[in-house]
Amino acid sequence: MKQFRIIINKFVRQTMLGIAVLSLLLLVVIGLTLLVKALPVIKEHSLWALLTDSSWKPFKGDFGFLPFVLSTLHVSIIAIIIALPVSLLTAIYLNTFASKTIRHFFEPAIDLLSGIPPVIYGVWGTLTIVPFIADTLAPHFVDYSSGYSVLAGGITLSVMIIPLLISVLIELFRSVPDEIIHASLSLGATKWQTVKKVILRKSFPGIIAAVVLAVSRAFGETIAVLMVCGNMAIIPKSIFDACYPLPALIANNYGEMLSMPNYESALMLGALLLFMIIVFFNGISRLTLYHIEKRFQM
Amino acid sequence: MRLDLKKKEERFFIVLMIISALLIMSFLGFILGTILYKGLPALNLDMITKLPGGGFYLGKEGGVLNAIAGSLMITVGSVIISAVFSVPLVMYINFYLRKGSFFSNAIRFSFDILFGVPSIVYGAFGFALMVYLGLKASLLGGIISVSLLIMPVMMRSFDEVAKLLPHNLPEALLSLGSTKYEMIKVLLRQLMPALITAVLLSVGRGIGDAATVLFTSGYTDNIPTALGQPAATLPLSIFFQLGSPVEEVQNRAYASAVILTVIILVLSFISRYFSAKYSKNKI
Repeated sequence: MKQFRIIINKFVRQTMLGIAVLSLLLLVVIGLTLLVKALPVIKEHSLWALLTDSSWKPFKGDFGFLPFVLSTLHVSIIAIIIALPVSLLTAIYLNTFASKTIRHFFEPAIDLLSGIPPVIYGVWGTLTIVPFIADTLAPHFVDYSSGYSVLAGGITLSVMIIPLLISVLIELFRSVPDEIIHASLSLGATKWQTVKKVILRKSFPGIIAAVVLAVSRAFGETIAVLMVCGNMAIIPKSIFDACYPLPALIANNYGEMLSMPNYESALMLGALLLFMIIVFFNGISRLTLYHIEKRFQM
Repeated sequence: MRLDLKKKEERFFIVLMIISALLIMSFLGFILGTILYKGLPALNLDMITKLPGGGFYLGKEGGVLNAIAGSLMITVGSVIISAVFSVPLVMYINFYLRKGSFFSNAIRFSFDILFGVPSIVYGAFGFALMVYLGLKASLLGGIISVSLLIMPVMMRSFDEVAKLLPHNLPEALLSLGSTKYEMIKVLLRQLMPALITAVLLSVGRGIGDAATVLFTSGYTDNIPTALGQPAATLPLSIFFQLGSPVEEVQNRAYASAVILTVIILVLSFISRYFSAKYSKNKI
């Protein structure tokens, strides 16, 4: 009986070790699989040519990713420009000024906002933001806009990344040591001055990291952008033009991609690009956040 | 009374902060309100009890039971798979490895990154994997891809709480002569509310995601009866119905969106309940 317990214990330990090693390999496996799939198209055209070419004609074998990369960038930048000030102010408010009751009221709401599925955001965007842009906003600036545009994508995405931004920022502000905050307050600074001169300054690298994290979330968002961006493979000239972000491209062409040579490979290259960009930026910003947490704990 | 400049500045920013906090709340209300306003009129019992009928995509009778059932099957399957991997993993890095060891930090770091990997990439990876294994778009393919998507969610959320478990409990168990495996069994019971919260969170993520299943699970008007058959999902059914030019079908998309939203709301309330319960029992 005693032997059996020991054997089980050993077996469980080995299994767990195996799972742990496997889980570490997962990132590498995903990256390599996508790379293998993307190789045919990279071999035929060079990677640089694919990234800088703006003509996307799968029937002729032209796979230029520039419109999609630029669309993704435009949409994500608009999203962060809208989301950052609102999230920053709200995070400061909830961390420093709000009473406990208000905080208890807000936390579930922010959780809920982050739990709403992308497709619901997409439905909301097509129902409210797209017509608003087409009928009210765009006529002031351009002759015609269908509403399905860079701006619609940016606004929808901004609401989607707000919960992520707020939760990372609150975590960040919370890790600023109480002693230096109290020191500032005891010298006669107002709470806002303390926020401005101590908390924000101390957590500045972390705020950058949070922004990078949020932008890479916006980069990869698929269904919601697919529904509001208009999906035209052109380089958008204004924020009222339609655009075609990279994830939407992959999602939209899944059905037909097997029938054309290199098409599947090109779409897999799109996925690989997304994966690499996001792993890179996520890695940097997570390391920054760990570093800050560690420094404040000592 | 005359206010100092610094007091004025503070007032100004507090007002700005309250405005932005209210703005975020009103976004939530606006989104839920829009979905309910458009969807509720089209919602009826047929929607959740019937399969799509003959002329369903032209606006004739039927419901989205196929999508609800498919979503549930995929989510349940992938939650089980992802729990089988992430529970031992969390136990291992918290109670087997030294606190702050390089290995455990590396695993946490890689899962933080996996958490940020977008669902479309998991979909593309799952698709490539299925081509390699010779699988068609099916329930199984959907389950595999979604389990990859939700594993980081479950692992991180469970780990957050497991990390905080006081170390005297494991030590007491070990000193009574239990093996590490027996210790883990007791600790798991202690961590059960946290595990339930983590599972609910990942169910929410899994059931709402469209980009992963787009490639991997296919779409069908029937309820799948085997792992090799294609399966419809709720988010995709919303997406496809919304793309239809027929108004009734579009209205059904809004009604389906209400169904999905209600599922998410219920999940979120239950998980609130469990995490509140846990923080009450905290040692």
